[in-house]
Amino acid sequence: MFFRTAWLVLRKDVAIEVKSLEVLTTTLFFAIACVLIFAFAFVKNGQAPEDAAAGILWIAIAFSGTLALGRTFERERYAETLRALLLAPAPRPALYVGKLLGMLALLASAELLLVPLIAFLFQAALFSRPLLLVGILAGGTIGFCAVGTLFAAMLVRARSRDVLLPILLYPITIPVIIGGVRGTAALLASPVDEPSAIMWIGILAAFDVVFVTLSLWTFEPLMTE
Amino acid sequence: MRKAFGPLLLVVAIMFVVAPFLIANAPYESTMGLIQKIFYYHVPSWFAMYLAIAVCGGASAVYLFKGTPIADAYATAGAEVAVVFGLCGLVTGPLWGRVAWGVWWQWDVRLTTALLLELIFIAYLMVRKFGGPGAEKLAAATALFGTATAPFVYKSVDIWRTVHPNTNVIPTLKPSMGGPFAFSSLAFLLLCTLLLTARVHLAKRQMTVDEMYLAYEDQS
Repeated sequence: MFFRTAWLVLRKDVAIEVKSLEVLTTTLFFAIACVLIFAFAFVKNGQAPEDAAAGILWIAIAFSGTLALGRTFERERYAETLRALLLAPAPRPALYVGKLLGMLALLASAELLLVPLIAFLFQAALFSRPLLLVGILAGGTIGFCAVGTLFAAMLVRARSRDVLLPILLYPITIPVIIGGVRGTAALLASPVDEPSAIMWIGILAAFDVVFVTLSLWTFEPLMTE
Repeated sequence: MRKAFGPLLLVVAIMFVVAPFLIANAPYESTMGLIQKIFYYHVPSWFAMYLAIAVCGGASAVYLFKGTPIADAYATAGAEVAVVFGLCGLVTGPLWGRVAWGVWWQWDVRLTTALLLELIFIAYLMVRKFGGPGAEKLAAATALFGTATAPFVYKSVDIWRTVHPNTNVIPTLKPSMGGPFAFSSLAFLLLCTLLLTARVHLAKRQMTVDEMYLAYEDQS
């Protein structure tokens, strides 16, 4: 029942998104615009500083992720579909897991384009250790989305939700962003600093466990009116 | 608590008057000299903040699952007091750092995460103020995440090599320094408790007034 509900919620979200591609295209466009702005800020004489790519990658993920979170739940709010979901006789944490997987799929597809783009634009050797890169990206994205999905879902009912989402999301997820940036920077170091990359993956995993557990635990009372 | 409040307030006031003399009599630290004495205010401020955060986190969990209004009052009080003591720590820290390290601010893990913790609880207060109806629950979730971050802030100095001294300093203090330190820590924790109870009392009064307004409107 639990996994079936989560799967159905995920399938619904993916079906809506595939039909319109609204959130994915806007998120991607915004992420690329972010990369451009930061490129202007950091590049001197046509050269970017060595590990600027790591910072720019994660800033782009965090900013565009916030946009995607806001937009996804705005859609649920317009049609009152979140209420319909909550009325369904399904376990609430399963709804959360479904939504979380949807967000993860969205951000993962954005990263699929964003990471090669940054590697290309900044001549960053991001792909020298593909497994470690995937570990860092997954750890960071799961932590960010776990908190993001919970808060965006709660904020659906709040006043001034557009302002409050980043205000709540950034302070809480900064440890995860720091982990992502430092881990990616360790990959970009020459020679590749494998021990620190692995240490950061461990820290990210620890944060993911804490954040996902807390979210699953609090989703039910939070979404009860 | 209401009866004990007055005497306890007096005790705290006396403690804060006595503390400077004890601190002045404590020996100078060998490398830093006089500036090290800010330690007797800096560290207890953070202790008081951790206490306030623990109250806020515990009360938020109770409020989230039971919905008791008084738990919400405790959570708000905890967050407000935590922000105040965090501010004390964030002001005394750079003052100390300017002399000891030569810079006001270092981007090391402890300083960064401590600033983050302060930001989370400021965000908590902002959500309560601007979130509109139902914001209490949202704030409670924020508090839970903030409370989950607090142990990480405390342990960060032991995990990474930082400029900031690690948590071993306090258990290994010389008795001549440990005495005044324990005294000022106790004073700060007591002050924190008093501020919390005063704030909760204010919230209770506010609730009573709100109820009276509602009752009056029902009558007329």
